[in-house]
Amino acid sequence: MRESLRHRQHLFRVAALFVTGLLLFVAVRALLVPPDFGLYGHYRAGALTDIRKTAPSFAGRSACADCHPDISEALAKGKHARIGCESCHGALGRHAADPEKLKPAMLEIPALCLSCHTANVAKPKKFPQIDPSDHGDGARCTSCHAAHHPGDAP
Amino acid sequence: MTTDRREFLAHAGKYLLLTGAAAVAFDKVMAGRPAEADNYRTTDHWWAYAIDIEKCIGCGSCVRACKAENGVPLEPFYFRTWVERYHVRPEDSLHPEVDSPNGGYDGFRELYAAGDGSKSFFVPKMCNHCADSPCEQVCPVGATFRSPDGVVLVDKKYCLGCRYCIQACPYGCRFLDPRTNTADKCTLCYHRITKGKTTACVEVCPTGARQLGDLKNPKDPIHAFLKDNKVQVLKPQMATGAKLYYAGLDGSVR
Repeated sequence: MRESLRHRQHLFRVAALFVTGLLLFVAVRALLVPPDFGLYGHYRAGALTDIRKTAPSFAGRSACADCHPDISEALAKGKHARIGCESCHGALGRHAADPEKLKPAMLEIPALCLSCHTANVAKPKKFPQIDPSDHGDGARCTSCHAAHHPGDAP
Repeated sequence: MTTDRREFLAHAGKYLLLTGAAAVAFDKVMAGRPAEADNYRTTDHWWAYAIDIEKCIGCGSCVRACKAENGVPLEPFYFRTWVERYHVRPEDSLHPEVDSPNGGYDGFRELYAAGDGSKSFFVPKMCNHCADSPCEQVCPVGATFRSPDGVVLVDKKYCLGCRYCIQACPYGCRFLDPRTNTADKCTLCYHRITKGKTTACVEVCPTGARQLGDLKNPKDPIHAFLKDNKVQVLKPQMATGAKLYYAGLDGSVR
């Protein structure tokens, strides 16, 4: 026997240890890494499904128009046509799902109107703005302006 | 034809091995592509966003709607979208005054007087959903990623909370959610846009300053927006592939 292979048993032991370690690594990795990891890229594809599971709170204006066509028609003719219903009335996904269970809250006027229409030099010049201290004499905004179609009498 | 025992065992072993592999492969195929479980196909969309600065009135509706829709902590400094006010003096446009009280959640009190030659305007900010996002590249565990339809998202189950992505984002669009200790950011309302709805911020924007767009849909109005306006992205020199397009963006904005 050649001198260099006299202690080959030692080499075999190390090799066996190495192979066992490798197999163990592969097995543990297969257990821990979800099968969908790397399907689209270096991430877990199931995360997309997880994120999509959340239920929307805002129903969207088409859901409102389904039950309130009269208001949505009036809105479409006026200057507020662009504004989504839930922009003023708040998130009403639960109301759309079950109209009896959740009734929309009454709106805080004038705070709501003023959240957009208070004068501010940073606002675009074209945007209609008022100084609440010298406009309306403290009257409720909606007694002069129709909220859904401003410009017309309420 | 006769088969001896040795041959039989060899064949049987081969078949067993191969059907085992096929069974594993079959399971993977049947598990399906998770993101395409219903009729929404990720490959049919490439989401982008447009903001017209000249239409923003700083009402903060978007900030409030975003927090309501996504359950973002109400304390200041946790924002998926926020609004900044810029005040630029003509002699020093490189150093604008910027403020964003509570992210614009409560609107903006008047701070500046008109007619002194300076200008002020509002700039809504949010995740740019970069096509080559730095945040995604630094994530050590694959928790942050860009989806096939172009939305940068966080896998809450994988995020370690190491905060690399928060440092890497050049737009400051990320924060650490104090409740879960995981990175959080704008998802472009992924749970809404994949159901055919628009994002919460676009839904409530009263002036139409915000617009969601699908660049793969040739009929989407965002194409007209990009064509009819002079558009710019934030920090174009960083080559992030940002997909948040601003019209009317002043040079002082960063």
